[in-house]
Amino acid sequence: MSKHYAEDVGQVITTRTSFIDDIINLARKSSIFYLLFGLACCGIELMQTGGPRADIDRFGSVPRATPRQSDLMIVAGTLTYKMAERCKLLYEQMAEPKYVISMGSCANCGGLFQLAYSVCKGVDKIVPVDIYVPGCPPRPEALTEGLLRVQDKIVRERWFAGRREVGQSDPGLGIDYKVSA
Amino acid sequence: MTEARRAPETPTMEMTSNKEVLRRIEYTGDMLLNMGPQHPSTHGVINFLVQTDGEVMKRAIPEVGYLHRSLEKIGEKVTYNGYMPYTDRVDYITAMCANQGYAMAVERLLAVTVPKRAEYCRTIATELNRISSHLVSLGTMAMDVGAVTPFPYALREREFINDLLEELCGARLTYNYLRIGGVAYDLPEGYAEKLVTFLDHFEKILPEFNRLITYNEIFVQRLAGLAPISPEMAIDYCLVGPNLRASGVKFDVRKDIPYSIYPEVQFEVPVGRGEVGVTGDSWDRFWVRCEEMRQSCRILRQCVAQIPKGEVMAKMPRKIKMTEGLEAYSRIESSRGDMQYYVVAGAGENAYRVKVRTGSFTAMGIIDVLSRGLMIADLVALIASLDVVAPEIDR
Amino acid sequence: MTPEEIQQVLAGKFGESVGALQPAKQDPWVLVKPAAIAEVCAFLKTDPRTRMDSLMNLTAVDWPKRNQIDVIYHLFSYAHRHVFILKVQLDRAAPAVPTVEGVWKAADWLEREQFDLLGVEFTGHPDLRRIMLPDDWVGHPLRKDYQEGADYHHISTTRESPLDGFVRLDELKKRAAAKSAEAAAAQAAPAHAPAPAKKEMPS
Repeated sequence: MSKHYAEDVGQVITTRTSFIDDIINLARKSSIFYLLFGLACCGIELMQTGGPRADIDRFGSVPRATPRQSDLMIVAGTLTYKMAERCKLLYEQMAEPKYVISMGSCANCGGLFQLAYSVCKGVDKIVPVDIYVPGCPPRPEALTEGLLRVQDKIVRERWFAGRREVGQSDPGLGIDYKVSA
Repeated sequence: MTEARRAPETPTMEMTSNKEVLRRIEYTGDMLLNMGPQHPSTHGVINFLVQTDGEVMKRAIPEVGYLHRSLEKIGEKVTYNGYMPYTDRVDYITAMCANQGYAMAVERLLAVTVPKRAEYCRTIATELNRISSHLVSLGTMAMDVGAVTPFPYALREREFINDLLEELCGARLTYNYLRIGGVAYDLPEGYAEKLVTFLDHFEKILPEFNRLITYNEIFVQRLAGLAPISPEMAIDYCLVGPNLRASGVKFDVRKDIPYSIYPEVQFEVPVGRGEVGVTGDSWDRFWVRCEEMRQSCRILRQCVAQIPKGEVMAKMPRKIKMTEGLEAYSRIESSRGDMQYYVVAGAGENAYRVKVRTGSFTAMGIIDVLSRGLMIADLVALIASLDVVAPEIDR
Repeated sequence: MTPEEIQQVLAGKFGESVGALQPAKQDPWVLVKPAAIAEVCAFLKTDPRTRMDSLMNLTAVDWPKRNQIDVIYHLFSYAHRHVFILKVQLDRAAPAVPTVEGVWKAADWLEREQFDLLGVEFTGHPDLRRIMLPDDWVGHPLRKDYQEGADYHHISTTRESPLDGFVRLDELKKRAAAKSAEAAAAQAAPAHAPAPAKKEMPS
């Protein structure tokens, strides 16, 4: 539960979390239930990541079939326009606080399907993404790293401060610090 | 032998066409539910519009296209060599076979002979991939029916195969290993020993898997007699691969229209016998895949013993250009059946038209007919037994 | 049976509706008139010599240069293990051909796919609607003159490259050098009398 994090895109992020925040965040980060949103090839690697060797169940993450019970949506695979509306619907059905990992090139930016007429060039056109995991498909170790980064995000959250927009200043943080992502 | 559980021959519900059903909800109090496109089985993003009273379905209309990635249009925009990674995505679970179909079609267009060693490398890669694809298929089928344990067993074995294929070509899933005219890399040092070690280990796992799930009484009761498909119906709806063989039709492209080095290896083609139910039921489709894994091990051992020395890539021109209008058709036995590529050459460096006819696409047409009168849980088992994957359907 | 024999049988039965065996380098095919395709296929399926019990593949190819759309049927017989290929040439402006769904049930989805992607109408098909693309999609993408729209349901179809607006350092230096050279030439030019034969400095 370190309170200082080195280097995020050249910035030093410091967030002062209180003891209560740390306890709550420990519980939250150790039981991230992810929505099985395996669309394409990355879905198979998602399956392997939940499998025996690169097991993300040891981090407390289990797959859930329904968005109502999940905290994390791992968009694994190519998003087509036909599927995009369902993706948005599923995201809206998830309860706050929710996170999105965009797994693989196709979800990040359309991947190798730039010439395709039916592929949505990136899932962040539809839902806000927290972590982008590159790869085609990303290795299970890469996806595990993505999950650990989500855990880092969770650990930095301050419950009793409530959610603030990135860039707003927050007097509770100290002199002149702005809330960073 | 349990009796067949199938829709009655003379159904009592009125046989309206799908179009009419979709336009109006029946006044019988039935629900029209969406099963999908996001659902917990890993067959991919397929939607079923199910008209049901809650348990028994009147009709299940499959709706596909949620993974339509316009691969056929991309075939017209990139060069022949550049299209190879896209063929991986046609069926990502059996990417080597998909690569091979396209490579064979373009090689027929160019009249290029692939060196013997390259053919053996291709066969090693495709048979390993066939085992890994069947592991996914059987594991997810067991999971869909409710048995969660066999799935990690299958994934554990699949990890060993992923390691072997990663050593061969560098990737775990979308390999892009085959090239037009051969393969990209030769077998690394010591690969044959590693492969034989894996085969020794895997052939002991197969009976364990059978003890775990295949002859399990609950599994048999769930699947035996479920939606049997007669040989005539299977051929009419153009089912291919293990689905067709489970119905009793002994046809395998590797044996009957042989390509590559399959004439030089000995193996058998398992055909469904209706061992615990009716011939052509879902249990037969499961069992045929188990047996195919065993035969693939046999082929792999022979390949490793017989592989000659030589080049792994034929002499190919730097840029592939052909006259417009030449067409070629190739058929290969992928793990989901007879995958056929139809390539029309274009005037420049790109193809004019690439059409992939996959086994899962035609299998979707039969689900509508078979599912009338089944329960919703049976629909899940039926889709799993036909081993459909969304990328093959939608391309 | 070889393709030649099958073509003889067809020509004997249907006469003019069936063309000659096209000498392709491999995979020879037979051209069939669109109106007769359903009868030809039904005959090929039931005749005991040919017994084409399976429609393996149905493809449509767009040829704007010849102003036609070809529909190609690949037939296979599990009984006799032989292949046969039929082709139908349709007018590109209004491509319509009778359906063969009554002959092989596999044609149901295969024809729907070609309708969706190329706009070929299969008359008599029980349920001809889009299959791969959303129901409100405009256009038939596999046609050669298909233009992608700017957005679909307010999702834009392009993605700006993250490198937009960034210039390589050596390119920047070249541009700066060119600008300074231009400025020097512009400064130098008004001082002299205009000399039309003088060559400009390369910029």
